[in-house]
Amino acid sequence: MTLLCSLNAREIVSGLRKGLFSPQELFHSLRERTASLDGEIGAFLSRNKELAPLAEGPLKGVPVAMKDNILAHGMPLTCASKILENYVAPYDATVVARLKQNGGWVPGKTNMDEFAMGSSTENSALGVTRNPWDLSRVPGGSSGGSAAAVASFQTPLALGSDTGGSVRQPATFCGLYGFKPTYGRISRYGLVAFASSLDQIGLFGRNPEDISLLFENIAGYDPLDSTSLREPLRPDRDETPKNLPALAYLALPDEGVDPEIREAYPRFLKVFQEMGYPLEEVRVSHWEYALYVYYVIASSEASSNLARFDGIRYGFRSPAPSVDALYDETRTKGFGPEVRRRILLGTFSLGAGQYDEYYGKAFQVRNLIAAELRDLFSKYPFLLLPSTPDTAFTLGSKSHDPVKMYYSDFFTIPLSLAGYPALSLPFCLSGQGLPIGFQIAAPYLNDERMLRLASRYEGIVGGEETLKKRFNLGDEAFTAPPESVHNKDNQSEEVFP
Amino acid sequence: MWKTVIGLEIHAQLLTSTKLFCSCPANYGDSPNSNVCPVCFGLPGALPVLNGEAVRQALRAALLLNCRINRTSSFDRKNYFYPDLSKGYQITQFFHPYAENGYMEIEVGGTRRIGITRIHIEEDAGKSFHDEERGETLVDFNRCGTPLIEIVSEPDLETPEEAAEYLRRLRELLVYAGVNDGNLEEGSLRCDANISLHREGEPLGTRVEIKNLNSYRFLQRALRYEQERQAELLERGEEVGRETRLFDVKSNRTMVMRTKEQLLDYRYFPEPDLGILRIEEEEIRLAGSTLPETPALKRERYVREYHLSADDAKILVSSPSQAAFYEETVKLGAPPVKAAHWLLTELLQHASGSDPFLTPPLTPKAFADLLVSLEKGRITAPMAKDILPEMIEKGLSATELIAKKGIALVDSPEAVKAMVKGVLEGLRPEVERYRAGETKLLGFLIGEVMKSCKGAAQPKTVNQTVREFLEGKEE
Repeated sequence: MTLLCSLNAREIVSGLRKGLFSPQELFHSLRERTASLDGEIGAFLSRNKELAPLAEGPLKGVPVAMKDNILAHGMPLTCASKILENYVAPYDATVVARLKQNGGWVPGKTNMDEFAMGSSTENSALGVTRNPWDLSRVPGGSSGGSAAAVASFQTPLALGSDTGGSVRQPATFCGLYGFKPTYGRISRYGLVAFASSLDQIGLFGRNPEDISLLFENIAGYDPLDSTSLREPLRPDRDETPKNLPALAYLALPDEGVDPEIREAYPRFLKVFQEMGYPLEEVRVSHWEYALYVYYVIASSEASSNLARFDGIRYGFRSPAPSVDALYDETRTKGFGPEVRRRILLGTFSLGAGQYDEYYGKAFQVRNLIAAELRDLFSKYPFLLLPSTPDTAFTLGSKSHDPVKMYYSDFFTIPLSLAGYPALSLPFCLSGQGLPIGFQIAAPYLNDERMLRLASRYEGIVGGEETLKKRFNLGDEAFTAPPESVHNKDNQSEEVFP
Repeated sequence: MWKTVIGLEIHAQLLTSTKLFCSCPANYGDSPNSNVCPVCFGLPGALPVLNGEAVRQALRAALLLNCRINRTSSFDRKNYFYPDLSKGYQITQFFHPYAENGYMEIEVGGTRRIGITRIHIEEDAGKSFHDEERGETLVDFNRCGTPLIEIVSEPDLETPEEAAEYLRRLRELLVYAGVNDGNLEEGSLRCDANISLHREGEPLGTRVEIKNLNSYRFLQRALRYEQERQAELLERGEEVGRETRLFDVKSNRTMVMRTKEQLLDYRYFPEPDLGILRIEEEEIRLAGSTLPETPALKRERYVREYHLSADDAKILVSSPSQAAFYEETVKLGAPPVKAAHWLLTELLQHASGSDPFLTPPLTPKAFADLLVSLEKGRITAPMAKDILPEMIEKGLSATELIAKKGIALVDSPEAVKAMVKGVLEGLRPEVERYRAGETKLLGFLIGEVMKSCKGAAQPKTVNQTVREFLEGKEE
């Protein structure tokens, strides 16, 4: 039964309905899968030991792994930090509550960069996560554990958080679809805040339909999150117009993009041309400043959001003779170097003497970028662009150079700064067999429309098939009789020697 | 001669059923840490949601203080570390407060208009308890997240007495509107003062902030001390430091808490977890429609309508519950002037507590009944005074009690005559002495008559009848 792990979310829902297998069988299949290969990949920080009774609903039986900065009642919540190493979540995040209400369940909590600060998951204080495509490489970050878990068929779906690209970048590194909805479509209640004005829960899946199914059941207005949008979800399928509008695609910068990605870009664009869309090249003049703006604003908000981890009420505490010393010791020992770096950067940017020059200026430039994108999206229904400047890099190759690491989010950050929905899509493999992916972005609230376009795209490109092939989990795996299932199982283990 | 400039910053807890950003009860007197949730306790992942009731209360305060209401305002974070501050920042309105440019009038000799610079909404912190013996600090987070408004006055106050009067009037106003419970001692109303000295015609001096002045008396004493301290420094040609000071009740002095160099950098920035606060015209209108008559207008009306003295009106109005009791009594037919005097002299003797009319000793109906009986001559003033304690104790009306005790008013002239005759015949020697010219015995004789009937006859009639008896007209 191990190969139940190859099923996607919709296959699980229909298979359970038809009684082809039980939720328990699926649960054990996924557990075995994790037991056999997560020792090397390291996607999960903690696993659910038993399957709680499932509610009836459209997600009945669907497992969704959670990045370890999303609270699931009774499970650990570490944010991959020493400061929360032994913390257990006392309540459910809104997304987890909605998942459970709709019949879904949480198989476990996934590794990440500490407090979501990073682009490789190397900043985790609690473990290493490796890219399932190549174990010498990073899975991307900060939601690297969620991406690795979905890519290695340990779960069909996972949630992450995307502040500047933390879902879209690891999705691309792992050959997945990674969706960051419009800011405010998914409640942030129960997501540990990094940069509140940018944080958005994002979804990982092996195909766009799975992502749509999950999105429809967890998104929507939440009275517990004042920034959540009141606009209703629009899952209704609108007709594709006869005369397709022109799509915009971003002109590539002269430098800083991997040659193979540069070479694949026109072929990616051609997919849409062949669907019948005219294409027009666009440039966004303030795009290159977005990175700087982001690191000032996100760090400023983080310096304040992380103040609650003070050792007073919960979490790690380093005993000290005075309260000030207690703060110093607890936070110095409890936070890793990248988190400390960003807290210092943010504290500086907000200081009375620097506010106007740093936070204030960044705020203004953020508005300029938003205005430029607003103008762009008033003319085009979609923007096509790269997702990452690079394919998955080797462990340790960028960790000594934070600025180089920050550049990983060059193509994702501007959309986050303005709150637009964006989706990264797998496209092809590099010469080294690493996934290359691109991105679509859409106007506010056009999330569902974008996912429908991605569905058509998947029909042409077949990203899910590529993944199955890579991990020897062909279509015949599930339909085959039980005897041969065991053979397949053995084969799948060989993928990770 | 030095001129004093004073401005007050007053924090008032808003009376709401729940906290500012969560649905925990706003009862911080409950057992420690019982009214907390992920939001006010600052757990990971929790987010604030603004309490509409708190905004309505804040609006009412702003309207009473004649402020301009900003149709859009926003929240900011004030960042600092303190064990009783659960999130490591306080949510406040720093850049764009909801109300500005108001004023309040005070009476000090004449009427003075004191400007209100701004009012903003913010959350309270928890409370730390230092256990010196065990060397531990314990924190109660029940108060954390309770809604507050901070009312910042213009530096329009010139004397400690004016400052106290401003605080007194402001407290009265907030308590009237049911916005705040007025409890300075327990800190639901808190006052900080800014004070500086300068010479007439010269620029303002360096201001010093004095924290936590929790009574009118301490406020005046602290300001007086600070006036003297700053004047002495300036006379000696020294500079006043830009400091925050604390008033020490025992030594009657202010002490340095933080110097200019130690002033904290709060790193204010816009709160990203809350949207813009939009206040619609309709909400302002609704808040305005629920405002009570202000104490100033009430005092004026008492003098005009009820013909009370200004002093009596001021005392009656000083407590909303007392004024409400008084008005109800008058509405039930009691003569207004008599009702005021009886309330302030007789009834208050039987009342206790800081706000006795929250649970009045008797109902306005019973009190009105007593006063009407008195006014109509059914009973006399001494009888009324006599039965009041019993009315309160047993909860009986004056009419019931009169019937039950069988106290009958001796009111026919014949009955009074007979009674006077009966008493005075037993006092022959005194009557003879009076008739022999010792007229000062009149009072004694009248007193004896009143005593014998236990006050059940009208003193005026008794007086008249005794005189007539003594003049021998009745013999």
